Amino acid sequence: MKPRQQRMLAVGLAVLGIAIAAGLTLRAFEDNMMFFVEISDVVAGKHPSERNFRIGGLVVGGSVHREEGSLDMSFEVTDTACTVPVIYSGVLPDLFREGQGVVAHGRMGDNGVFVADKILAKHDENYMAPEVAESLSKHQQDIQAAVARGTEGCNPDDS
Amino acid sequence: MWTWFHKLASPPHFYRTAAILSPWLAMPGLALIAWGAWQGLFVVPMDYQQGDAFRIIYVHVPSAYLSLMAYMIMATSGAIGLIWRMKLAHAVAASAAPIGAAFTFLALATGSIWGRPMWGTWWEWGDPRMMSELILLFLYFGYMALRSAIDDTAKADKASAVLALVGIVNVVIVHFSVEWWSSLHQGQTVFKKGTMDAEMKTALLIMILGFTLLFGAMLLRRIRTEVLYRERRTRWVREMILSPEGGS
Repeated sequence: MKPRQQRMLAVGLAVLGIAIAAGLTLRAFEDNMMFFVEISDVVAGKHPSERNFRIGGLVVGGSVHREEGSLDMSFEVTDTACTVPVIYSGVLPDLFREGQGVVAHGRMGDNGVFVADKILAKHDENYMAPEVAESLSKHQQDIQAAVARGTEGCNPDDS
Repeated sequence: MWTWFHKLASPPHFYRTAAILSPWLAMPGLALIAWGAWQGLFVVPMDYQQGDAFRIIYVHVPSAYLSLMAYMIMATSGAIGLIWRMKLAHAVAASAAPIGAAFTFLALATGSIWGRPMWGTWWEWGDPRMMSELILLFLYFGYMALRSAIDDTAKADKASAVLALVGIVNVVIVHFSVEWWSSLHQGQTVFKKGTMDAEMKTALLIMILGFTLLFGAMLLRRIRTEVLYRERRTRWVREMILSPEGGS
C-alpha cells in the first residue's frame, strides 16, 4: 500500500469510528436529546415524575378557557391520539392558537393535569399566503376534526 | 487529464485564477441578493400565521445553510490536505473557517430574533437544533484558536484538519436534529414539496444562490491573502511584488 492510500484509510477509519462513537452516545442519551415528551408517552406514564419536563402537541380546538380578569387559563393538548389537560397562568406567545403546535414546560399534577409554568408556540414547516390558507381551510378543518376527536384512538399501552 | 487539477493546485496559478474568478461570483451574487431581498421583503405575500415576521427567513435559511456548507468545505479541504499533502487545500480550510463562523453567528442571531415573538423565547437550552448549531459555532472558534496557537504552519494545518474532521459528526447532527428528536425548531421546508408558497420559495432559492455566490467570492479573496502570506518567502511572490505592476 502506498503511503497516500494508508493516509486515506486512516482518515476514513477515523471519521467512521467517530461517527459510530457519536451514534452510540446519542442513542444512549436519546431521552435527554428530546426537547419535549409526546402526549401518548405522558398518558402512558413515560415521563419524569420528580422534575419538570416539557410536553409537546396540538392545542385542542375549543378547549381554551380563560378566567375573567386574570391570566389563569386552561386548555387541552393532543397528539391526535391522546389528550392531556393543561393549566397555565401567564403571557402567551403570538403563535399560540387552537389547532396549533405548542410546547409546555412544567410538571404533572396528581390529578392528571399538567401544570405549566412556561408556554412556547411551535411553528410547523408550512409557509403560505393568507388567501391560500383560507382556500385550504377544508384541509384545515380535517386537522381540526382530528384534533377535536381527542382521546378516541388513545392506546397508551401499546406505544 | 489531471493536469488542470495540478495546475490549479499550484499557488501562483491559483492566486491569479482566483483574482479573475472572484468578481464573477461577487457581482451576480450581490445582484441576486439585492433582487431576492427586494422580493422577499416587499413583494411576496406575508405568511398566514406569522405575518411579516416570517421574512427573516430570507437571511436565516441561507446563513444556516452556508454555516454547514463552509464547515464541509473546511473539513473536506483538511482531509485532502492530509491525504494528498496539498498545501493549497490547507489554505482553503484556513480561509473558510472565519466566514463559516460569521454565517453560523448570523443564523443563530436571526433565529433568536424570530424565536422571541414566534416561539415566545430568545433561546432554549436543551433544544437539539439550537444546541448543535451553537456547538458548530464553538467548533469554528476552536478550529481558529488551534490554528493560531501553533506557530509551525505545517503542524497547525495537520492538527486543525483532524479537529475539522472530528467535527463533521456535528454537521450531520445539525442537519438531522429536527428529524431524529423532538425539537422546538420546525422541520425541513425548502426541499419538501407543498410546504411553501411558490412565490415565497422562489425568492428564498434566489437568496440561497446569491449568498452562495457571495460566499464563494469571499472565500476566494481570503484564500488569495492566505496563499500570499504562506508563500511570502518564495520567488514568485517576490518577483510579482517587484514587478512594474506591483502585483494585483
